[in-house]
Amino acid sequence: MSLRRFILKRVLSIIPILFGVSVITFALVHLTPGDPIDQMIGLNPDMTRADEAQLRARYGLDGPVWQQYMTWIGNVITGDLGQVYSSGRDVSWIIQARLPETVALGLFGWAFGLLIAIPTGIYAAVKKDQFADTASRFLALSGISIPNFWLGLMLILIGSLWIGLWPVLPPSRQPLYHPEMLWYLILPGITIGTASAASIMRVMRTSMAEEMNKEYVMAARAKGLPERTVVLKHVLRNSLISVVTLAATLTASIVAGSVVVEFVFNWPGLGREFINAINQREINLIMGITLFTGVFIILANLLADILYAVLDPRIRYD
Amino acid sequence: MTKNRSTSTERGRIQISGFDSDHVTERDPLSGWTEESGRATQSRWERAWSRFKRNRSAIIGLAVVSILALLAVFSRPITVYGLTVQPFSIAPYDPTTILYLSDPTVSIYDSPSTSHPMGVDGSGRDLFSRILYGGRYSISIGFVVVALTASFGMVYGAISGYYGGWVDEIMMRIVDTIFAFPGLILALIIVAILGGGYWQLVLAFSLFGWATYGRLIRGEVLSIKENEYVLAAKALGARDRSVIFRHIIPNAMPPLIVYATLNIGTVVIGVAALGFLGLGMPPGTAEWGTMLDQTRETLIQGPDGSIPWWATIYPGAAIFIFVMAMNMIGDGINDALDAQQTGVGQEGGD
Repeated sequence: MSLRRFILKRVLSIIPILFGVSVITFALVHLTPGDPIDQMIGLNPDMTRADEAQLRARYGLDGPVWQQYMTWIGNVITGDLGQVYSSGRDVSWIIQARLPETVALGLFGWAFGLLIAIPTGIYAAVKKDQFADTASRFLALSGISIPNFWLGLMLILIGSLWIGLWPVLPPSRQPLYHPEMLWYLILPGITIGTASAASIMRVMRTSMAEEMNKEYVMAARAKGLPERTVVLKHVLRNSLISVVTLAATLTASIVAGSVVVEFVFNWPGLGREFINAINQREINLIMGITLFTGVFIILANLLADILYAVLDPRIRYD
Repeated sequence: MTKNRSTSTERGRIQISGFDSDHVTERDPLSGWTEESGRATQSRWERAWSRFKRNRSAIIGLAVVSILALLAVFSRPITVYGLTVQPFSIAPYDPTTILYLSDPTVSIYDSPSTSHPMGVDGSGRDLFSRILYGGRYSISIGFVVVALTASFGMVYGAISGYYGGWVDEIMMRIVDTIFAFPGLILALIIVAILGGGYWQLVLAFSLFGWATYGRLIRGEVLSIKENEYVLAAKALGARDRSVIFRHIIPNAMPPLIVYATLNIGTVVIGVAALGFLGLGMPPGTAEWGTMLDQTRETLIQGPDGSIPWWATIYPGAAIFIFVMAMNMIGDGINDALDAQQTGVGQEGGD
């Protein structure tokens, strides 16, 4: 199969998955015994049956579930994710407004992870079974095991309360592109990036150590290349392929991490919005953010697969 | 076999002469091999266990997990229908008792002292007792969820991989769909719908958590089912069910066990994260994550200028130490079972 056909097939294969994602999103939320109308009735005891029916019709909550799903998915395809009940704002507007904050946090986390993990991973593989290797493996294991919310709390405790380098909450919230915000991004960024850094480090070390035993490395050494060139030019390039494979998994873990980390640091991104939506039972907002997350991760997976196929011509497309 | 072999002196056309077969006795064996030692071959599991025992970090992990689990079990007495099953009580105070009501010397956020080694929390409860007791929730939910998801995922993956074709196609598309969501987000929605509580948390993490096992086992089954012994079993007329459960699944176990061990840590962190977000166990429960939820506000604001660091450090450290120990065991099992080629050992928690 040619690369182009592989990409086409892979792109087409996401269609049933997209459908499944929309079904899961919708089904999960509609398992709720009470909908927001029931809540409104609870708050307003003198609401009549007619009012109730009118409200349900207005929010599309009448009719059997499958019909509601068809209405909902029809609207979603045209880009309409519905409104938030309490404020009447468009869900898509909220996602657009909150997304840059989460993306900034995620990118910072990614960058932090790569910056820490790749050099450490290389170093550990070169010094395999020596003290530096053991120490870095221990660090990586700790990074995987540490709960991110606790890490965030500890960073606040140490960085804000004991050393006082950061205010607990930014005193004035500048727009994201303002350079001052970079400073406030550090603690949440480290919190969200630690788990990824640890995973990348482990994979880097394993795949580097594996590549080091290959024949082309021996050939490069025999040719008289300095060890530095062998490691950084030949081995590193081949090991990075496995990091790309990991990228998709890590994107999912960063998305999940953002929910918790934004809550800890009160960062106004999608994750915090999601927690608010859950606490206030804003069905449309919950569905909107869940669906958005699902589609985002599917696309990230797709991209990682295609990148992998392009980077490593040896793989079989099947 | 008898000591004295009776060997025929005639082999084909070659006439062997010169020895009396009745008087040939067996000599000392050239190697240490005896028939008994040959029969007592180590099984794969025994070999893995002897390798695991030599792995220092894995043994430390095992010790830590056992100690934490024992402390949780013996922290307070357990009674089942009025019958005391477990009478011991290591924890000095009841984890939910508000101490300053009965003891005027205690106030909220007392710092660690000899009578309260980990201090007092924001509601005037002894933190040390709460942390010992809290292991009951986190550890047991972790094990229950992994037992449920691993067994369901195992059967699911085995069926999908064994039958192949359109069955496999549909079953794997379902798994792909679940993979599009981070587990924590799905668990959040489920807990938001069902409300918090022990079994709700178990359901929240089990309902979709089996997907990884399904995919893992399917991959294993695809390669195992090409083996001759599977063909042989089928040729002997074994039913599909017995081929799957007797011949395929036992051979797919190593990567499953490695992943399950690492997965316990992930689930424990997930449960604690929900507790921290205020959606896990009911507020006030001595669950490690829920305990952190109560300190978050006071940590950030700081009650009258003082920082009750103990209320933040200890519950989180308990989660961290448990998950770390669990991951050390997982890495140890991975090395012992030589499951690296499957790649599961590299992923770890998230």
